[in-house]
Amino acid sequence: MAHKAEVGDFQTAQTLETFGFLPKFTPDEVVGQVEYLIRQGWTPAIEHEHPSQCANHYWTMWKLPMFGERDLNTIMSEIEACRRAYPDHHVRLLGYDAYTQSQGLCFVVHEGHAR
Amino acid sequence: MASKAYDAGVKEYRDMYWTPEYVPLDTDLLACFKCTGQPGVPREEVAAAVAAESSTGTWSTVWSELLTDLEFYKGRAYRIEDVPGDEESFYAFIAYPIDLFEEGSIVNVLTSLVGNVFGFKALRHLRLEDIRFPIAYIKTCGGPPAGIQVERDRLNKYGRPLLGATIKPKLGLSAKNYGRAVYECLRGGLDLTKDDENVNSQPFMRWRDRFEFVAEAIQKAEQETGERKGHYLNVTAATPEEMYKRAEFAKALGQPIIMHDFLTGGFTANTGLANWCRDNGMLLHIHRAMHAVIDRHPKHGIHFRVLAKCLRLSGGDHLHTGTVVGKLEGDRNSTLGYVDQLRESFVPEDRSRGVFFDQDWGSLPGVFAVASGGIHVWHMPALVTIFGDDSVLQFGGGTQGHPWGNAAGAAANRVALEACVKARNEGRHLEREARDILMTAAQSSPELAIALETWKEIKFEFDTVDKLDL
Repeated sequence: MAHKAEVGDFQTAQTLETFGFLPKFTPDEVVGQVEYLIRQGWTPAIEHEHPSQCANHYWTMWKLPMFGERDLNTIMSEIEACRRAYPDHHVRLLGYDAYTQSQGLCFVVHEGHAR
Repeated sequence: MASKAYDAGVKEYRDMYWTPEYVPLDTDLLACFKCTGQPGVPREEVAAAVAAESSTGTWSTVWSELLTDLEFYKGRAYRIEDVPGDEESFYAFIAYPIDLFEEGSIVNVLTSLVGNVFGFKALRHLRLEDIRFPIAYIKTCGGPPAGIQVERDRLNKYGRPLLGATIKPKLGLSAKNYGRAVYECLRGGLDLTKDDENVNSQPFMRWRDRFEFVAEAIQKAEQETGERKGHYLNVTAATPEEMYKRAEFAKALGQPIIMHDFLTGGFTANTGLANWCRDNGMLLHIHRAMHAVIDRHPKHGIHFRVLAKCLRLSGGDHLHTGTVVGKLEGDRNSTLGYVDQLRESFVPEDRSRGVFFDQDWGSLPGVFAVASGGIHVWHMPALVTIFGDDSVLQFGGGTQGHPWGNAAGAAANRVALEACVKARNEGRHLEREARDILMTAAQSSPELAIALETWKEIKFEFDTVDKLDL
């Protein structure tokens, strides 16, 4: 086959797992996922880490998991507080599922810029 | 117990093995067979013959029977049911005492239940539809080396199905070119790639060379993407010794997962390899070559739900289950029935899914359901709906057939997958809104837009050969 000029170049990116291939979520889109987490009865939790360390399993916890928290605004404001405290860190939101002992949801809500 | 007299000769099976008053014990292993007898043979005699030939009986009375208590060891046909819409066949339910089987040996269970009895002349056809394994027996089996929860933690994959692909062409690539194809898929967004089942260690690509190049591909993709990656290195081989040699080398290379074909390799090899994986922190992907030979005929053989249960007990972290929507056979409700058997801790009887018994799996880890074969981005909304998060969706041609190549094909699938998961979490109906969800996602992904255009006309709409009896 002759070379086709219309073949595109796919650039590898740091995608950081679930939802890494979608455009950055707007605040409303984050809200949509937090509502899902609450509906599922999972425990919301926030973690952050410097991008140079983000390949580790463990990131640093922001405070404690928010056991029993059902209020959307509280969760959103904790995400924002974490982001402000660590502006150069990645921040991810988790939903702990105590039944499966896994995380039903886990995605990066804010990417730190320092590399 | 009073001693019995020896009465040589041939007795009717039903005198001893048809026991409709019997109430099965919690420790009994229960089986449901679909029986099609020769014309003129009564159902009770057929059912009793199956119970006898798959447990303690033989065609003629023998004197040494009297040295043991056969009432304790015999299998019992305890129920007969009509097969809906089928005049010539019926279901026979048989209870086997747990002491008939060696602990932790699926080989031993199958050698009894699907042994000589399948060639029995009084039967025209015989199909093992389901087995209820008692929890006491399940506790003697090792099961999945890691299980769904541990695999998610090791690979850092949460809240969505995993995404994979079988590397193509399935035969003929050199090891270095093969590693290239792996790297391109992984950097493009797949979590896992897979050796084709036919790839073992042929002259064009010896296993050791493949393992080394694949390991380099994975390492590079992980560094560049910040994600964990893996490739199912197929260690299926001619001998167990060779299989373990390859597994050890995969471990030495730091690889997370290896692969085995459980039916062609056999349950002895599979159970041993699963034990090795558990001891060595390795995940185990299971392919099912030869299954359709055994499970596709609606009146003869073994239903795949039985093979799936046997695999969960023998050990594996992934098992191919069909796709429902792709190029390979698979009824939707029947598939959902055995997918439950792989993943849940308890599955209730549900004839609408072909589940004949309650099945308690106790604490046995779950197995990821793998959907692979003739699927592409347009199938994504249906696949996410049918299989849910605890699955691996594998797009071989649907990744590597992309006009821009593997990386772009992988990205197209990853974007489609994440768009579907996001929409599902937002409460949208994936199958009804499939087109809108995918077209919207394609607006920010030229790779997905091209994939949607490439595969827009491809469908596999043939009627299922093996339907549920409803």
